[in-house]
Amino acid sequence: MDVAQQQRRFAAGGVGRWIVALWLAVAMIAMASSAQADEAIEVWHAYTGAEQTALRAAASQWNELHPDRPVRLLGIPYEAFANRLTSAIPRGHGPDVFIAAHERAADWDRSGFLATLDERVDREEYFPTTVDALTVNGRLLGVPLAFKSIVLFYNADLLERPPQTTQELLEMAHSFTDRDQGRYGLAYQATDFYFHAPWFFGYGAEIFDDDGEIALDSEEGARSLEFAHRLMNVERVVPPEPTGALVAEMFRNGEAAMAISGSWFLGQIGDDVNFEMAPLPAVSETGKAATPFLTVEAAFVSAHSERKDDAAAFAAFLAEEKVARDRALTGMQPVATKAAWEHPELGEHRVLSEFRAQKESSIPMPVDPRMRSVWEPAQQALGQVLREVVTAEVALAQAENRFEIYTRPPPDPADPKPLLVGLILLVMAGLVWGGWRFRRDRIWAKMKASKPAYVYMAPAIVGMLVLLVVPFVVGAAVSLFSHVDGEFTYVGLANFLDIVLSRDYGITDPHSFYFTLAVTVGWTVLNVTLHVSIGVAMALLLRDPWMRLRGVYRVLLIIPWAIPNYITALIWRGMFHHQFGAVNRLLSFFGVDPISWFSQFATAFAANLVTNTWLGFPFMMVVTLGALQAIPRELEEAAEVDGAGRWQRFRHVTWPLLKPALIPAVVLGTVWTFNMFNIIYLVSEGAPDGGTEILISEAYKWAFTRQEQYGYAAAYAVLIFFVLLGYGLFSGQLKAKDPAGEED
Amino acid sequence: MRRSKLEAALAHGVLILMVMIVLYPVLAVVQTALTPSQTLSTSITPVPGEWTLDNFRFLLTEEEGLFLRQMFNSLVVAGATTLVGVILSCTAAYAFSRFRFPGRDAGMATFLITQMFPGVVMAIPLYILLDNLGLLNSLTGLVLVYSTTAVPFCVWMLKGYFDTIPVAIEEAAIMDGASQWTIFTKIVLPLAKPAIAVTALFSFMTAWNEFILAATFLSDEKMFTVPVVLQRFVGDHSTEWGYFAAGAIIVSIPVMLLFFKLQTYLVSGLTAGAVKG
Repeated sequence: MDVAQQQRRFAAGGVGRWIVALWLAVAMIAMASSAQADEAIEVWHAYTGAEQTALRAAASQWNELHPDRPVRLLGIPYEAFANRLTSAIPRGHGPDVFIAAHERAADWDRSGFLATLDERVDREEYFPTTVDALTVNGRLLGVPLAFKSIVLFYNADLLERPPQTTQELLEMAHSFTDRDQGRYGLAYQATDFYFHAPWFFGYGAEIFDDDGEIALDSEEGARSLEFAHRLMNVERVVPPEPTGALVAEMFRNGEAAMAISGSWFLGQIGDDVNFEMAPLPAVSETGKAATPFLTVEAAFVSAHSERKDDAAAFAAFLAEEKVARDRALTGMQPVATKAAWEHPELGEHRVLSEFRAQKESSIPMPVDPRMRSVWEPAQQALGQVLREVVTAEVALAQAENRFEIYTRPPPDPADPKPLLVGLILLVMAGLVWGGWRFRRDRIWAKMKASKPAYVYMAPAIVGMLVLLVVPFVVGAAVSLFSHVDGEFTYVGLANFLDIVLSRDYGITDPHSFYFTLAVTVGWTVLNVTLHVSIGVAMALLLRDPWMRLRGVYRVLLIIPWAIPNYITALIWRGMFHHQFGAVNRLLSFFGVDPISWFSQFATAFAANLVTNTWLGFPFMMVVTLGALQAIPRELEEAAEVDGAGRWQRFRHVTWPLLKPALIPAVVLGTVWTFNMFNIIYLVSEGAPDGGTEILISEAYKWAFTRQEQYGYAAAYAVLIFFVLLGYGLFSGQLKAKDPAGEED
Repeated sequence: MRRSKLEAALAHGVLILMVMIVLYPVLAVVQTALTPSQTLSTSITPVPGEWTLDNFRFLLTEEEGLFLRQMFNSLVVAGATTLVGVILSCTAAYAFSRFRFPGRDAGMATFLITQMFPGVVMAIPLYILLDNLGLLNSLTGLVLVYSTTAVPFCVWMLKGYFDTIPVAIEEAAIMDGASQWTIFTKIVLPLAKPAIAVTALFSFMTAWNEFILAATFLSDEKMFTVPVVLQRFVGDHSTEWGYFAAGAIIVSIPVMLLFFKLQTYLVSGLTAGAVKG
């Protein structure tokens, strides 16, 4: 430990001491006061709200009982949780215990992250379903803490009893629905496959058959999609574009008589609604109960932990009868510990007992790693049927095809020798050529002569090489490998060939590289054009000294830039909602029919574009404002005296002077917009059918939602880089120009 | 340049329309922050029906003011990033603008090229790198990463601006016996204030809003920056919108204050005066 720390300090000293001196003083304040107890058992979780409160209470109980081996909780954003585990655990910075859903247990196990708990945990204490879900190849990989599934919520003021069958559900929903009043019989996230699963299984469909083969494409599956279609498009008892927030809001306000959701729903609907809960109804056609997925939350012990006994002891402590009951009652968690339910306070709990009842007809989320490649295709099939693009049969056949593409075996391993030889030759050729130029052009003499220039530049260049170039080169090198379960295998250029030859898709398929590239280019060009024109227009209006209140306008117009973009992106997504969004309501004043923004390519693209323009123009405005200061007013005034019109003055006087300062911003704006991930990811989410995906969000999906194909994702990233490099070369921006020659 | 009343009215009209478009989503955030529930509202008028400061109170008082501590972290990180970023980029941009030396073109190109790296592939290598430098769980590491991320943009902006400052001024100073460094600090930098203000703002925002790297590198809640804390309210199935929105507003205030402060530089028009002379 000490040696390691010393090494780190030594290494840290190498990164340019004088830069360090600049901010060390400031950073020290923050660092010094946060000396941490290294001896604590480190526990990572992503709980929020009441669940977090309950976990904290359990941790402080433990700390009172075991002051010699305390635990330390670390709450990590859900979005970053999985990534963080895969980065930290192999490098020994992982937690001792982490709390997560069971569905990735097999993945983590294959990467060697998980300690086996068979000898430390008594399976008998927990519900068998939860133990089974955590057992992979006969080994128990986690302590089951809680199980989560969706159930039926109904408003007891509006309905006397819950429906028993889907037929009843339809009738009840129908009698309550009044679309003009904004009232719907049933609100649930119909477009999300997780929420569709109850119907899917209730109709008798399966994801994997008994032999473990993909079985999405089935008669039963098609029936279930048609049922969802019927709910939403034929009987129209489910609101369009039902997001989680909308479902909660409608149920809260009594605008939805029934809702399908999980335990998190309780925190959203508040205390004002008189609600009851029930298991989901049986599917009338099959007589089978609608069967939701069951997710088991578990405490996992890291295989890299240096204190597995303590870690396992704490994990087991969380599931002890008393602690589990506290978690259930404070955190509203349906806990997995059997004994906890014997206490009447929990056994007869009006809310939690319903989740326990639903558990009896639920299907544990498959731990099969391939499951991660099921979501996206299944979701698309569902979306296509609800948008009435294709029939259920066609949609499922396509989904299965996509699944096959995502799970195709990695390319054959290749021999790295040709690449190594090629690299060595290339480096040698470069050295020889460079050396020749060096001597021919007497570069050394020139360099010595301009020593001050290098002194001025050195800090920036060194920092950039270390922290940007090195990580990128390492990251890019991954594109020559395939990644399976933490193992990287050299495959040569196979990933690139797959993508460039578009082997998986036809060129016009929305998932093909070329389609996505075209979308990305269009996206970039339109965005930058809008940013610059609006930004410059606003700046010109604002600089006029005659303009009153310009300070106020300026501050107000900068706001989109000041608010973090992931927040406003989510707000804009809500504003484009079909029924409740501000955009459609505003359009209706002008007599425009409501637009279903995310169901067609053009409108979904437009929604992204509007959002990003809103976010992006202030930057160009500020840059222009800054640049305008360098332009003497007298020039324009002289032009006006000479009789030049407003446009002529702008075109021939202001613009030429503005351009040099604006060009860097435009070039960089282009590069950033090309890789603007957040907006696509949060606003259109690629809808419809991945059509509005841009290259970077496609790369992200390959890396994180489709089997962690890091190699493939890196190949995408390298291609993005080359496209941008091509743009840079083509536009001549990669050649620094002399200030004198810069203007035309 | 006089403007007719009509023109002025038109200009105000355009600006007011833009301000409305800009403010509407922002008001939706404010409304969400002031609404007691943790849901997103579906009403079209961005005025809360019933309002409360509970969401703000919760953020500011929970865990003995942990949030304030995290705000402080964010300020330290963003402040240090701005300082480092602006210093590094001013010197580098000056070199690019005023010197002719071997490697100049390549250097400029490298700065631009680094902006073309898609971040998706860089997170894990960066993690390993910071780990080896011993800067993994430290604000220092974040400052280094953020400022190098911001530097290329700043260099490009500043170089463009330096180019517009006439060399004649500097030549005159050399005649008077001033050193290169004196010219840089006493003449060029003051003239470039508007551009420096823009780059400072940019560096600050780069550090202020980033959360993915911060959430991956930091291992102590006391060291979290605010965007990480905000992201904590976004769960798998549900988001605590009230806290999220309240946090978003708190987070946005320093940036607006900063812009308000920097405005004076943005409109100072120093270079215009210099060119005239």
